[in-house]
Amino acid sequence: MPSPKGIWSIITASSVGTLIEWYDFYIFGSLSTIIAVKFFPSGNPTTALLSTLATFAAGFIVRPFGALVFGRLGDIIGRKYTFLLTLVLMGSSTFLIGCIPSYATIGGWAPFLVLLLRLLQGLALGGEYGGAATYVAEHSPAHRRGYFTSWIQTTATLGLFISLGVILSIRRIVGVEEFTNGNGWRYPFLLSIVLVIVSIIIRMKMSESPLFAKLKKEGNTSKNPLKESFGHKLNFKMVLLALFGATMGQGVIWYTGQFYAQSFILTKCNIEYEQANTIILIALLIATPFFVVFGSLSDKWGRKHIMLAGMLLGILLYRPIFNQLFKIADRTGLAAIATETKNSEMKDKDGTVVLTRVMTANFADGSSSKITTKQKTGTPDVITKQIVLNDSGKWKMVGLVALMVLFVTMVYGPIAAFLVELFPTRIRYTSMSLPYHIGNGVFGGLVPFIATLITTIPGTNHLSGLWYPIGVASLCFVIGVFFLPNKIDKQVTD
Amino acid sequence: MNHTRRITGLLCILIAVAAIVILITSAVHNIESGGKTDISKPIPWIIIIAVFTPIAAGLAIFGWYAWKKEYNNE
Repeated sequence: MPSPKGIWSIITASSVGTLIEWYDFYIFGSLSTIIAVKFFPSGNPTTALLSTLATFAAGFIVRPFGALVFGRLGDIIGRKYTFLLTLVLMGSSTFLIGCIPSYATIGGWAPFLVLLLRLLQGLALGGEYGGAATYVAEHSPAHRRGYFTSWIQTTATLGLFISLGVILSIRRIVGVEEFTNGNGWRYPFLLSIVLVIVSIIIRMKMSESPLFAKLKKEGNTSKNPLKESFGHKLNFKMVLLALFGATMGQGVIWYTGQFYAQSFILTKCNIEYEQANTIILIALLIATPFFVVFGSLSDKWGRKHIMLAGMLLGILLYRPIFNQLFKIADRTGLAAIATETKNSEMKDKDGTVVLTRVMTANFADGSSSKITTKQKTGTPDVITKQIVLNDSGKWKMVGLVALMVLFVTMVYGPIAAFLVELFPTRIRYTSMSLPYHIGNGVFGGLVPFIATLITTIPGTNHLSGLWYPIGVASLCFVIGVFFLPNKIDKQVTD
Repeated sequence: MNHTRRITGLLCILIAVAAIVILITSAVHNIESGGKTDISKPIPWIIIIAVFTPIAAGLAIFGWYAWKKEYNNE
């Protein structure tokens, strides 16, 4: 085992690279509205198709596929070179997205290239996590495996934090107009190359995992990790247990606590963009250290109890928490102390007159609302609403989101150690990557789609979409309670 | 505990079948020609059903193993 100083350089090198990969993956999602305008103009069926593929195929198909491709590679040639490769692939794809001329400049090539690069991002992400978690776990002493691997677990949330921070900062520096309609949105993508180069230099200096190096020296590495992982019943049973007893529930808790919460605050509560993202940023900052706290506690209490407790809290408290978020933003019944209405008229690109009415209202509690109505002949009115909360409302929302991220830290903090301990070294990268990416990419990634689907059912309301994550987490919880062991596997050299 | 595992296994098989049936009927119900939103376009449904079918099969296999006492304590 490495010295205490050595393990920290291993954790830093692994975590920084994984963090950058998450950052790269998230900026595309966070800037998807601008990307849609630049590369996938509406009204064109081909670009609409490519846009849909970029949204759905990257997460649902390519991520699990990346887990298989790079997992296999990692179990054959080694962890170090495989997750170095995923980093190069992710960094160069992200940088190139920032370089592609818009649809207005090069036409159909633009959406095609963006789709291709987005798919490469998904592929790289599918290969990164398993490598980093395995690499750190195989360097960690048994009694602190949960603690050391939990640093890898912080990267997904910190990646979101940094992506939001960079986007908000650049938006402020260059101005909203330049960021949205000029080239400002490209800077977060271009910045990625600097981060990736630094990370590659750090990772190049790392040596191979000692457990894998030993296996390789003895000639005991797997010749066909895919067949061993999924073709041998004993191991396949463990893959199924990892998926349905842990990662499936973890994926929906993770997605709901971070991304669905963000989307809910923006679209259902109508909180102003910058305030909504600031709320998320502060909540992430408050809760992130708990990944390490719960990772460390899992070394004492076992992985299962902490993960399932996080899942149960999500199941029981999601609806009251989201209901409270909605109530905080609801201005119904509040009397405005000052109102103002402004009307303006301008011509659209096609020469049609667009009437815009902006109604602002200030309330006694210090909050305000702005309702914009755009009327254009022959099309339905477009109404947008923006609410700016007072400090009290803002901090209440921060507290509620931080609470949900706390549930995320409970299920997500110990899971790397849990997955590593479930599988043998020779097929560990492959076996743990697939359930992780199906749990997070497919079950987690389906949250917005299924939530929207549920709200189409008559009689449903703004909270009904939560039945999907609650249902999936409940099934996973039941399977976890009855099937998962709570033991901490001291021996991962098998 | 072992008896509960068998019941849970049976429940998993039923949920796997129900999930696929619900997804397919929802797709048929929601897809519209020239649909503008994701749930009214065919491509997301094709991707989701194609990806989810083997996962549901996996859940059913898990349930079957549980029913056959493959996960039971010795």
